[in-house]
Amino acid sequence: MCGIAGIIHRDGPADIGPEMTRMLQAMKHRGPDSTGFALYGQPGDGLVMRLKLADANTPRDFGFAERLEQHRMELDARLGKIGATVDRVEGATEYAYRVRLSYDGDLKALTDYVEDIPDCEVLSLGNSLEIVKDLGDAETVARQYGLESFRGTHAIGHARMATESDVDISGAHPYWAYPFSDIAVVHNGQLTNYHQWRRRLERLGHRFQSECDSEIIAVYVAEKRAEGLSLETAMKQSLEDFDGVFTYAVVTGDSLGVAKDEMAAKPLVLYETPTLVALASEEVAIRAVVDREIDTVDPYESEVLVWSR
Amino acid sequence: MEQVGGQAGRITYDARGLAEPDAEAPRTAKIEGDRAEFDAAELTARRINLELRWLLYEQGVHDVVVRNPGAKHSIGVGILQRCTLRFEGSFGYFGLGLIDGPEVTVTGRVGWSVCENMMSGVVVIEKNAGSLTGAALRGGDLVVKGSVGARTGIDQKGGTIVVGGDAGLMSGFMMQRGRQVICGNAGPGLGDSMYSGSIYVGGKVASLGVDCVEAELGPADEELLDRKLTAYGVDRPGSFRKFVCGKKLWNYDSLEPSERKLVL
Repeated sequence: MCGIAGIIHRDGPADIGPEMTRMLQAMKHRGPDSTGFALYGQPGDGLVMRLKLADANTPRDFGFAERLEQHRMELDARLGKIGATVDRVEGATEYAYRVRLSYDGDLKALTDYVEDIPDCEVLSLGNSLEIVKDLGDAETVARQYGLESFRGTHAIGHARMATESDVDISGAHPYWAYPFSDIAVVHNGQLTNYHQWRRRLERLGHRFQSECDSEIIAVYVAEKRAEGLSLETAMKQSLEDFDGVFTYAVVTGDSLGVAKDEMAAKPLVLYETPTLVALASEEVAIRAVVDREIDTVDPYESEVLVWSR
Repeated sequence: MEQVGGQAGRITYDARGLAEPDAEAPRTAKIEGDRAEFDAAELTARRINLELRWLLYEQGVHDVVVRNPGAKHSIGVGILQRCTLRFEGSFGYFGLGLIDGPEVTVTGRVGWSVCENMMSGVVVIEKNAGSLTGAALRGGDLVVKGSVGARTGIDQKGGTIVVGGDAGLMSGFMMQRGRQVICGNAGPGLGDSMYSGSIYVGGKVASLGVDCVEAELGPADEELLDRKLTAYGVDRPGSFRKFVCGKKLWNYDSLEPSERKLVL
């Protein structure tokens, strides 16, 4: 089933960490397996990288702690070797890290080099994007990763009911559009031509970190951006290219977009004012941040909507 | 049971996300004669429904006002007697399902599948409705003054659905009997695979579905449209077009008349 949510404040930063937590917690019944956030904080001078060195449910065998420590040291070494200046490394959990760094080179090269560390996955990379995802409901994940104080302009989130792939962090949404900075995707639905598109995109050199069909959307958007298409054009083209049922949301450094399939098979409720746009699979999620009677609409089939802040 | 958040009075959920498996009616409604009203802001869907049942079935109340339904799901389902209900606010999904008899007003909007399998009564939604509005509707009048989503009246078996605004794709999909009045535009695939019934559209039709054809609008149709739209205060567009089943897919053979009777 899955629940997706998005929010964009067009009048400056707000408490999007707690807001997205409330939205996703209100839709816990749509997917209790894992919860993920793509949050846009205040853009700093450098980059923020979110990564994991193991999964939340990787078997904790005898060598686990030692391996993790080795991989953690390897991370420092590799970041130094490729020429990144590391400002700060913070551990949210024993396996998930937030790295503030400065780096002028190619982001793909940086990501590939870091992900070459065994079991490592770069969850997000950008000036302001931070993807946080883990097992459990929204409040559990928000508490674990300290999202209570996260301020920013826009965010998307996902409450996952796993249907097509494993329950782990790699299979959790949002997906970062590797290697493009500051782009992330959440999806509710099933893509039936996943394998076709995966082979096609792999031949073009893209990397996949999971068996989850939704990852295709992030990679697809990345490919279309590389071809020079705007976000809106890429999303419109995706309606032709993807088979199956879907409502998905994409965020970039300054925009939030949603697309619905031609059968309008997956729900989306939209609330729009000049200063705030909030959307979710259910209106209860929007009510979690706008606690009063409001006018909302359901976008129609094949609609693509994009808002900029 | 798990407490969500630390504040007192917050909604609790079990592991499946269902609200309060063993709830009791809160009995907080203010009753005056055969009228009552209560605030649903702090109540779960289950407790709202239990309160409604307690009022209608045990307290002899026939007129209930519910404030702040807060877009919760499954509100007002399974009410099986004549009464007047007014909900001041919006619904989530599956509101007013399986009702038989009530006259209902919802001042806000409703989500997917409102009035699913409604048997009789009148429901007026003042704003928009989501997809699958009036799915498998059996009887009664369902009026949405705003716009509706996709597959309105899917599998409709009777009754009348009136839409003041636009309708999404495949309205009247597999419809078997009854009427739909869409004052605005209709999306693609109108009346796809319908068996019987009539769909009236005041605006543009994006495309017709399989085996849906235009029919002549007669005086009886005009009378029906005038009567229903006047009764519910919905603005009448200049002209209507009528769509019915083309009967090209009616491939019933002589061996199954009894089954056909059952289906229709």
